[in-house]
Amino acid sequence: MSAFTAVLRRDLTLAFRQGTDTVTVVAFFAIVAVLFAFGVGPEPNVQARIAAGVVWTTALLAVLLSLDRLFSQDFDDGALDQLIVGTDALIVVCAKTLAHWLATAVPLLIMAPLVAMALQIPASGIAPLMLSLLLGTPTLSLLGAVGAALVLGARRGGVLLGVLLLPLYIPILIFGTAAVDAGLLDVATATPLKILGGFLLLALALCPWAAAAGLKHALE
Amino acid sequence: MHKYANPTRFMKIANTVMPWTTAIAVICFVIGLPVALYTSPPDYQQGDTVRIMYIHVPAAWLALMAYMVTAGGSAVFLIWRHTIAHVIARASAPVGAVFCALCLFTGMLWGKPMWGTPWVWDARLTSMLILLFLYLGYIALGDAFDDQERGDKAQAVLALVGSVNVPIIHFSVEWWNTLHQPSIVTMQGLTINAQMALPLLLMVGAFQCFYISVVVIRLRAELLSAKIRVARQNLAASGVPVAAE
Repeated sequence: MSAFTAVLRRDLTLAFRQGTDTVTVVAFFAIVAVLFAFGVGPEPNVQARIAAGVVWTTALLAVLLSLDRLFSQDFDDGALDQLIVGTDALIVVCAKTLAHWLATAVPLLIMAPLVAMALQIPASGIAPLMLSLLLGTPTLSLLGAVGAALVLGARRGGVLLGVLLLPLYIPILIFGTAAVDAGLLDVATATPLKILGGFLLLALALCPWAAAAGLKHALE
Repeated sequence: MHKYANPTRFMKIANTVMPWTTAIAVICFVIGLPVALYTSPPDYQQGDTVRIMYIHVPAAWLALMAYMVTAGGSAVFLIWRHTIAHVIARASAPVGAVFCALCLFTGMLWGKPMWGTPWVWDARLTSMLILLFLYLGYIALGDAFDDQERGDKAQAVLALVGSVNVPIIHFSVEWWNTLHQPSIVTMQGLTINAQMALPLLLMVGAFQCFYISVVVIRLRAELLSAKIRVARQNLAASGVPVAAE
């Protein structure tokens, strides 16, 4: 367990000392949302209708953008080898994924209500949006860890990562926005949220092992 | 099972099977296509558009089956490190991708007159589209590494991760109330008329045998190119200048 906390603390320290990474991801998130606002025009009804989808899609892209830093920096400078030699690959994966979620998704969660309100989302949509993001973003990080581990050492890894991961992200996007739509229509939001929770549990059970296998193969 | 991990022994069996599957595929196509497209009865609601089903359904089954072969081969490769299993997985994927695209395309052709729109975002269609993307990602990942062995293992892990989608596609029409028709073949038997079942089964047989033959051809090519690669490496190691590929 101490290895887990050590890796977690190391990654969080690095993330906050190089604060620009986190800021860049949040700025990307806000700017793409603004692009959508200009793209569809200032009509409040139209914006309110698409707000949840825009927030979810942009959050997903922002997470994707931040993923190539998850392992690749440590892979390039050799730190990843040292970490794996010192402890189990599974522990490294879990700690680094948690650190990625804390350093990337949590700032997005803080920004999300602001962006959603700027896109004229009705007040009844905010709570389901935040809950769905809270349940959905850890799954994005976990799936992302698998993808990031698999493309280590690949040519054009960044583009490839999008091709590999976005199909797997589609179900999370569907149920994330379904939760918000249910909130806006004032019907039960529990079902899509429960499905998102189910995805999270499934990802927790499977993704760390797949990512660890990918890391081991990359470092062989 | 491990006996057949030897490529030579495996290819011996594959080469014996292939003429038979090719012959069955040709016979099934020759009988099945005219029956499906001309002599079988039109549907009382759909009219002649029902004939698209005879291509669409076998293509859909094959797309799913080819992915299961890819995922199964990848699992065997990761667990027992039998290279031949990975070669089978790799050979199966592009074939599956083509049939997946064929399934989506014929579905759109059918959807336009029947549903009034070629595409709806329902569970069956979306999960099938995700399957196509998974195939494309799998193929792209295999070619992205300079070190072939590294690409093999990354591909195998991805195939296993993607296999989560297979049950979702299969059960999507039962779990969600979708626009797509429920399955024709169930545990209780066929839910269509025997006059339609016969051409459908013929076409399924034709598609399946065609798939096996194509995969065997791809296996041969893959194993030969591996042999050539090793031979060139040996030649290069011995110091003889080698022309670029």
